[in-house]
Amino acid sequence: MADYPLPNERLFRLENFGHSISRPGFLYRPTHPEQVSELFELANKNDLKIALRGAGRSYGDAALNGGGLVIDFQRMNRILDWNPETGVITIEPGVTIEQLWRYTLEDGWWSPVTPGTMAPTIGGCLGANVHGKNNWKTGTIGEHVLSFDAVLPNGKKITCTPKKNKQLFYGIISGMGLLGVFTSITLQLKRVYSGNLTVRAWAEPNLNRVLSATDEEKHNDYIVAWIDATAGGRGLGRGQMHSANYLKEGEDREYNHSLYSPNQDVPDTIMGLVPKSVVHKFMRLAFNNLAMRGVNSAKYWMNRTIGNHKTYLQSLVAFTYLLDYVPNWELGYGRGGLIQYQSFLPKETAEDTYREMLKLCKRRRIPSYLGVVKRHREDNFLFSHAVDGFSMALDFKVTNRNRKRLIKLTSELDQIVLAGGGKFYFAKDSSITAEVVRAYLGEKTVKSFLKLKEEVDPQGILQSDLYQRCFGE
Amino acid sequence: MTSENQKPVEHPLAPLSKAVVVGASSGIGEAIARKLAKEGYQVALLARRTERLVKVAEEINGLAGEPLAFFYEHDVRDFDQIKPIFQTVLKEFKTIDLLVYNSGIMNSVGISEFDAAKDHEMIDVNLKGAISWLSEAAVLFEQMGKGKIVGISSVAGDRGRVANPGYNTSKAGFSTYLEALRNRLSRKGIHVLTVKPGYVDTDLLPADLGPFPAAAPEKIAKDVWRAIKRRKQVIYTPWWWRYILLIVEHIPSFVFRRMSF
Repeated sequence: MADYPLPNERLFRLENFGHSISRPGFLYRPTHPEQVSELFELANKNDLKIALRGAGRSYGDAALNGGGLVIDFQRMNRILDWNPETGVITIEPGVTIEQLWRYTLEDGWWSPVTPGTMAPTIGGCLGANVHGKNNWKTGTIGEHVLSFDAVLPNGKKITCTPKKNKQLFYGIISGMGLLGVFTSITLQLKRVYSGNLTVRAWAEPNLNRVLSATDEEKHNDYIVAWIDATAGGRGLGRGQMHSANYLKEGEDREYNHSLYSPNQDVPDTIMGLVPKSVVHKFMRLAFNNLAMRGVNSAKYWMNRTIGNHKTYLQSLVAFTYLLDYVPNWELGYGRGGLIQYQSFLPKETAEDTYREMLKLCKRRRIPSYLGVVKRHREDNFLFSHAVDGFSMALDFKVTNRNRKRLIKLTSELDQIVLAGGGKFYFAKDSSITAEVVRAYLGEKTVKSFLKLKEEVDPQGILQSDLYQRCFGE
Repeated sequence: MTSENQKPVEHPLAPLSKAVVVGASSGIGEAIARKLAKEGYQVALLARRTERLVKVAEEINGLAGEPLAFFYEHDVRDFDQIKPIFQTVLKEFKTIDLLVYNSGIMNSVGISEFDAAKDHEMIDVNLKGAISWLSEAAVLFEQMGKGKIVGISSVAGDRGRVANPGYNTSKAGFSTYLEALRNRLSRKGIHVLTVKPGYVDTDLLPADLGPFPAAAPEKIAKDVWRAIKRRKQVIYTPWWWRYILLIVEHIPSFVFRRMSF
């Protein structure tokens, strides 16, 4: 598939999802697993490094490899087998979440775990072992994998299940594309009896209430909190809760309509007039500290008053993929782009830690424009990010003016999170150092990862920029 | 071939600026490399003479207190090696923001000597090597939508003189190539700077300077840095050479033919 030196026509500028990091890379887009093996061979022979890339939705540098090879799996996107009786599907890694639900929903099956956007590939989701707004109930996406086939950098082809090749099963899932490449993935989907969810929305006046509500409402199928990270004082951490539940069998008599995929599509204009595709251009005008404070406050008070304690039906897609509601919303952050800082804190320390973090952001005059809180539980994967507790995700605008201060702020936040016994998440991270990684994963985990890597990738060809940052010398 | 120093881990949001200096073992190239390192660039030093490169790199790193300079042994006449070396530097540096092409030779030729081999050699080093290196940089910079190219040409390219037709041709070709590159790339956000030094105190300095003093390489480097920052298109350095050349360019041919200048 390729020769060395690499041809210039493969050279592209690649970015993270937030458009805050860009690196050149020699991009290859294979259509068949054999081509992946060929690229591994080429890299082993010529001392090249390879990063794996799905839809490029990582917030940080996970799918970048400055000056090196990048394998993009978006063309390996075939659905290999589907059983509508059992809900077991076998797919190639480049199949996206959107492709998946459009294919299976009509038969009454939905991905049991799904992130807030339908753009990522399943391979990417498994690499980062993503979670959804139901993490405490259904775990991460890796827990719903029945088996997968993978090609290892040493050329070996293997099949992994939770029992067979167990270590690699729990390593390649969550391994950020550093241990091997999925060539086919078999997932168990979840039975749904309607394309709608019953959603309840209500406001909570402060961080303490937001966290306890998130905890108390665990019995719901989904629970998520939006928080106004620009508010301070008594309203620190105030926000809006959304809980959602699947409909039971028979509750939706027109299930055939709600499960029909075109009916899940959200409108592409606002009030039938303004095309959503241009909305991000107007968002730019509001993405500054002052206006965002107003927007967040207005949103909170709307939720507190007219939107409080409402229960309604919402389509699975509209509720789950809120981030896709405004296309290219991330461009609203302007030229410098954005980063997200997501930390996972045990339930015992979460409130104090998050309070300290939100206060620090305000003190440093870099308030987050969007905050999201979720409930989590532990899992058995190698790079596990989840804890029995909460996560808070904060989006920060990056500008040339705040760049240095933002870097300093995130490193201060790192220490606060570590002091609270917290964890980080490679899918989102773009700033932690190798020391912080060792501290939160533990020496033992890092050692067993490096040992596993040595086995399957003796020449160390799978090296994203994230790998070099987080596991470099 | 390359230095063993570990590259520093950079913050993804604030990566170092990266420069490649082709022809960095002495003279203007060395001075520019030092200047760039002083301004915080990570620099790749390329030249034939490894011992001198090692020395320059060590001095830069000693002064900076961190590994900023890395060296790669390379003869620009090995055209086939340019793409792999470019890719090696790109891989190790993660990106390249600035490329300085400084390699240049001036073979001494007698006033009635016509030695094609000597001229070919100058064309190879001064022009063909430059075209090969700048082509690689142009592809990268075009993709990235940013980048800076600095070509160290010469005032010698402005006029064909009796003394060294091969050298004049190589530098005239280089200057024209840079101009064309600028016209192609400036619309893509890329800065192309043509530098035309006069006499500089380097290995290339001819024995007979006439009335003109030779400038120190550090002076050239300083001017180049300022021109990079100001996004200049063409600079003469030291500055007064612009006016010398203005006069020289306007000497009519019937006079110029009779001059030994």
